[in-house]
Amino acid sequence: MPFLNALVRFLGAVVLTYLGLLAVTFFIGRVVPIDPVLAIVGDRAPEHVIARVREELGLNLPLWKQFLIYLGKVLQGDFGTSVLSSNPVMQDIRRVFPATLELATLGTIIGAGIGIPLGVWAAVRRGGVADQMVRVMALIGYSVPIFWLGLMALVVFYARLGWVGGPGRIDVVYEYTLTPWSGIMLLDTALAGEWEAFGNAFSHLILPASLLGYFSMAYISRMTRSFMLNELAQEYVVTARAKGLSEARIIWRHALRNAAVPLVTVVALSYAGLLEGSVLTETVFAWPGLGLYITNSLQNADMNAVLGGTIVVGSVFIGLNLLSDLLYRTLDPRTRTR
Amino acid sequence: MSALLTVEDLRIAFPNRDGDPVEAVRGVSFSLGRERLGIVGESGSGKSQTGRAILGLTPPQAIVTARTLAFDGIDLLKAAPAERRALRGARIGMVLQDPKYSLNPVMTVGDQIVEALQAHENVGDREARERALAMLAAVQIDRPARVFGLYPHEVSGGMGQRVMIAMMLIADPDLLIADEPTSALDVTVQLQVLSILDRLVGERGMGLIFISHDLRLVSSFCDRVLVIYAGRVVEEIAAADLGAAQHPYTRGLLACLPRLGEHRHPLPVLSRDPEWAR
Amino acid sequence: MTELARNDQTWRAWLLSDRPQSRRQASLGRLYSGWRTFSRNRLAMVGLAIILALIVVAVFANALAPYSPYEGDLARTRLLPPSAAHWLGTDDQGRDILSRIIHGSRITLFVVVLVAILAAPIGLLVGTVAGYAGGWVDSALMRVTDIFLAFPRLILALAFVAALGPGIENAVIAIAITSWPPYARIARAETLTVRRADYIAAVELMGASSWRIVFRHIMPLCLASVIVRVTLDMAGIILTAAGLGFLGLGAQPPMPEWGALISNGRLYVLDQWWVAAAPGAAIFIVSLAFNLLGDGLRDALDPKAGS
Ligand SMILES: Nc1ncnc2c1ncn2[C@@H]1O[C@H](COP(=O)(O)OP(=O)(O)OP(=O)(O)O)[C@@H](O)[C@H]1O
Ligand SMILES: [Mg+2]
Repeated sequence: MPFLNALVRFLGAVVLTYLGLLAVTFFIGRVVPIDPVLAIVGDRAPEHVIARVREELGLNLPLWKQFLIYLGKVLQGDFGTSVLSSNPVMQDIRRVFPATLELATLGTIIGAGIGIPLGVWAAVRRGGVADQMVRVMALIGYSVPIFWLGLMALVVFYARLGWVGGPGRIDVVYEYTLTPWSGIMLLDTALAGEWEAFGNAFSHLILPASLLGYFSMAYISRMTRSFMLNELAQEYVVTARAKGLSEARIIWRHALRNAAVPLVTVVALSYAGLLEGSVLTETVFAWPGLGLYITNSLQNADMNAVLGGTIVVGSVFIGLNLLSDLLYRTLDPRTRTR
Repeated sequence: MSALLTVEDLRIAFPNRDGDPVEAVRGVSFSLGRERLGIVGESGSGKSQTGRAILGLTPPQAIVTARTLAFDGIDLLKAAPAERRALRGARIGMVLQDPKYSLNPVMTVGDQIVEALQAHENVGDREARERALAMLAAVQIDRPARVFGLYPHEVSGGMGQRVMIAMMLIADPDLLIADEPTSALDVTVQLQVLSILDRLVGERGMGLIFISHDLRLVSSFCDRVLVIYAGRVVEEIAAADLGAAQHPYTRGLLACLPRLGEHRHPLPVLSRDPEWAR
Repeated sequence: MTELARNDQTWRAWLLSDRPQSRRQASLGRLYSGWRTFSRNRLAMVGLAIILALIVVAVFANALAPYSPYEGDLARTRLLPPSAAHWLGTDDQGRDILSRIIHGSRITLFVVVLVAILAAPIGLLVGTVAGYAGGWVDSALMRVTDIFLAFPRLILALAFVAALGPGIENAVIAIAITSWPPYARIARAETLTVRRADYIAAVELMGASSWRIVFRHIMPLCLASVIVRVTLDMAGIILTAAGLGFLGLGAQPPMPEWGALISNGRLYVLDQWWVAAAPGAAIFIVSLAFNLLGDGLRDALDPKAGS
């Protein structure tokens, strides 16, 4: 029962947060100096035309009614039409989102895959090589502009060394031979058995993904280290030693299993952070994902697209929060039902 | 009776803030057969560190030295880490103070007991489970199969401590170190846990080191008592002879014990002499 | 000489006295011992030195910059690699990159200071009022704070800038709007620890108004933690501002904002890498300095939170 209670309270908070997000985007949409009416009719239209369009757009209604209408539309996935592409914004987002998902997911896999063992190692050998590495990496990660590091990486690994593919998701040669099935390049090429294209897509993906992975690794390894230090100081670790368990088992099965509970939240947060970081990364790597879509729309004052993108990223944030809370509850038996 | 454990001139030092070693245990000596030895002393006197040094579980920064630290003929200070680990759990067990903290919160108690067994004996999962259930029954847990699947937060303190005892006895050690095993429990449960411990230690003919604050408890439970003050043994005496204790500190401790039907005002306060710590 | 040295001794004794005679002596003493911890942290001192250098460079930019940051010789000095004449090379307009970076330090400092004086007071006010008032005021304010905390900050700042129009002032406002919530959280936590203290009760008994208590007695106590947090956030603020500049939403050309410099250099990065490299390095060094300084401050002011 307390479990259910907590869940209901948490879901309430999620709904409130979501409403807050929509209120903010609604507010931003209204504050825009561009008058939506003038944008449609032009500024030489006669007075009565302006008034009619105003009414059609519902701009003469009280604010809260406008908000309710807005809410209804957004909840149905209607973000309006993009000025730039003249498609519904939702349709555009559906097209570009997989690219971002692919990038951020691989970045998180890299970040967690290296960051967690590194953090464990740093905690176990406190003050040793790994510990110093984690510290320096985190310091650099918190201080370096991601877009600049991306540019420099392009110069070194693409232009000078030629180790990786350049900007974009795949070379143009392959682009048209491919049927986009899931929108995830690695998946599409692999399913089609186009291994050459798969390799090409991978060579484009690996640099931006490693870059995002670095930032996520810096954060995850630092947090893993501090959680592990905390766990290794607990009494149950003494018990495990007294039982004669091996150090490896104590570290990985006992301490890390306990540290995993708060780590889930950290990984989810860093995943969300990468989705956000993709705005800058995608610009650098000309990666046709949600981030690039948002910045392109921004530069063209395409407000519907910008706000639609903001809502989608915000929803993913909130969704990840929800997911990490649920995972937290399943991982920690103390919060589970009896 | 050949000695199971011999401790001679055990010293444990911790580096202070400037890196200079400060001794917390300063020359403790005793030896132990298959009997019950109580170690009593006030907080910070070095009881736990002494117990942990025998298992090799002092904190990494601690410096442990001794003229002799031998278990069943094995020189513990010269033994390789792997050898010491093989002793832990299999031949020397340890019960810690508070089951709330000393059990892993995200693992079922059953798994934790099975793990203790499988660390030392090559037994299959089925057999390990059966032996764990039998061990739970031996510490008088009524429905072992149910408790086996519970998490530590789902069992009471007394049951948790019985689980802890089961976990430490499942590999059938020769020596058990119990570091204030009942201090965190309710008074009513304390006696129950003690009687279980008493019976099992007796049945299995193990040696026991029983660490406690409580002189009366120790004297009724143990054969022999070691009184420690500031890292040093001030008195070693058979429990039966406690009344004839020589050292003023021991006598002071005894004087503090309340007796039924006695009115004492003001309560006696232990007076300490800096000489004792010399 | 000896007189002075002795004086030094007594000053230190006075400062470190464990029985301060006045409130001023006590707070000066606290500052002094905080400074002693801080100054022993070598990395933090490096951070402090870099930030002081940044301030000096910003103030004396006109004197320090070897060339004009806005005018270049398109015919002769376009996209030159680093050399004795142009230490960091020149950009596509023939402008000296070093001079542009030196002048850009003013913008960086402007952003950092302005965001701090906008966001910190908002956070402080929301947090202390929520913590002191409790009840529904607390719940409502913290709900709003949580909502803002759950948002993607950069994206939200982008959306704000989109609405307000590109420009450095709007970028500052957008960053400030999205960065106050953590300060509110911290201020509230601090308030909760002092709210039940006896001396607050004493001031209440003397009939002080709630506002007076919040402003005069609670806020000053929360200041230290908020300052530490703001310092630690400075790097993030600089990076966000640079990111907005890089996307063309922050400072507008020809302002020599560092992020915008990188964006400009991006066009030539594969052949003339130095155009983008130098401003990025500047951003990195200054962010690093703020991170080092923040870590040092945290350890000095709040020994509990030390890592
Ligand atoms: N990790 C450590 N670092 C430094 N000193 C320590 C450490 N652990 C213990 N000590 C020192 O060793 C002394 C003895 O500690 P120990 O835990 O053995 O006391 P104890 O007799 O078990 O006390 P209690 O009854 O409170 O459990 C302490 O006074 C302390 O000064
Ligand atoms: Mg102890």
